[in-house]
Amino acid sequence: MTKAVELAGVSVAYGLAGGGRYEAVQPVDLSVRDGEFVALLGPTGCGKSTLLNIAAGLMPPSSGQCDIFGQKLSGLNAKAGYLFQQDALMPWKTAQDNVAIGLEVTGVSRAEALARTQVMLTKVGLGAFGDRYPHQLSGGQRKRVALAQVLIREPKILLMDEPFGPLDAQTRLIMSELLLDLWQQDRKAVMFVTHDLDEAIALSDRVVVMSAGPKSRFIGEFEVNLPRPRDIAEVRSEPAFHRLHADIWSCLREEVRKTYGLAGKGAA
Amino acid sequence: MPIARSKLLVLQVLVAVFAIIFWHIVTNYPVFSDVKTMKFFFSTPIDVFTRVIRMFADGSVYKHLWITLVETILAFVIGASLGIVIGFWFARKPLVAAVFDPYVKMMNALPRVVLAPIFALWFGLGIWSKVWLGVTLVFFIVFFNVYQGVREVPQVVLANARMLGMNERQLLRHVYWPAALAWVFSSLHTSVGFAVVGAVVGEYLGSAAGLGYLIHQAEGVFDVTGVFAGMVILMMFVMLIDAIVTVIEKPLLVWKPGETRTV
Repeated sequence: MTKAVELAGVSVAYGLAGGGRYEAVQPVDLSVRDGEFVALLGPTGCGKSTLLNIAAGLMPPSSGQCDIFGQKLSGLNAKAGYLFQQDALMPWKTAQDNVAIGLEVTGVSRAEALARTQVMLTKVGLGAFGDRYPHQLSGGQRKRVALAQVLIREPKILLMDEPFGPLDAQTRLIMSELLLDLWQQDRKAVMFVTHDLDEAIALSDRVVVMSAGPKSRFIGEFEVNLPRPRDIAEVRSEPAFHRLHADIWSCLREEVRKTYGLAGKGAA
Repeated sequence: MPIARSKLLVLQVLVAVFAIIFWHIVTNYPVFSDVKTMKFFFSTPIDVFTRVIRMFADGSVYKHLWITLVETILAFVIGASLGIVIGFWFARKPLVAAVFDPYVKMMNALPRVVLAPIFALWFGLGIWSKVWLGVTLVFFIVFFNVYQGVREVPQVVLANARMLGMNERQLLRHVYWPAALAWVFSSLHTSVGFAVVGAVVGEYLGSAAGLGYLIHQAEGVFDVTGVFAGMVILMMFVMLIDAIVTVIEKPLLVWKPGETRTV
């Protein structure tokens, strides 16, 4: 299968103000196949979002290379759609205009862009909310608009940076269901960054675990062989889910403790 | 607890009524000093009121209102345009901003009133010396707001717009421009107010027409009633302009959180 994203020997380091270097991520290799859903799991501040930004072309790696469908990435990744953790909608545009703009900038006529926008908004359950401004929508609704904004451009790769992080637990579940549902219809390569173990297992085909920063690296990789299509609520009660959960947690636990300066101090 | 609109209005009117009654009593009865002296220094509400009515009735005030209005509008339009263009330029070119920074601060620190005589010298006693005085006031408000607005576009909104495929020109149109305009509009009341100040102060310091001229003329002959009448007309003028600004900005700020009110 073709590799949608391939990070080879990618590392991240920053020059510090007082001289010296801060090594955020040690050289890592990661490939995401076309149509594969990969979750990048790690404690806060381990540099998972940074890897995502490298795949998006928003920042260059300090060393190594990022290939997109076999071609070296330079500049922005035009094949990727990026769903940010924070609100990234343009507040001065209505939901509809926020979604349509992604088509309009590529030269699609306004009328056609609006028609396709309406279809996409309906898909994410916001068919009747096109004329609302972002501040008139709830957090979950804004995420749906952002999802529509990304999907309407039909990217080959989806990059997601803890997209449902700011939402409440129930809304997260609903959003995860929506995401899986849409992804099931049109499988794209997905890089999904999260610190939520349940979310990672429930959504993905493969979970890659990162160690705590600085100098973070990959410390584990787990195939998720749960059948698809999945029901987010039900998949959590399957024995396979629990086994995976236990395995990944044992790998992750020490790293999370390190983040809080608790390493090696008794049992969790 | 929200106060009922009607109740608030009654209380607000009461303040004015009490102030005017107080003014009337102290200038018509020997409370603090003899009536003649008080009338000389403070005039009386009835005199001022009749003078205002007369000025409108005989039409003598319209010419002055018109002149001040034209100066205000020109000062605002020119000042805001310059502020937007230069604010944009500085925000997008950090080197330019850094080089000019001390000079911008110096210019802004200068009390603009001292420029009035020199502008009168440069641009004559007609409307343009007043317009440029207003421009120096309006420019800095709009300039700082646009500069701030463009620089403070959230990084994530910018990154998202770029990931959506926008090029520099499209970013300018769909991201920077609306962000900057939002700041301009949020400072609209202040900048229009300063345009009025520029016009009136300019007129006051040397002109042949306008509300500032009216007040200055009245002062020149110790016509306190005329001064107060001029001030009353000026206040009405400013409040009218402010009301117009409110009407204009409403549909433009509909996207802003907290700007939509349910009635």
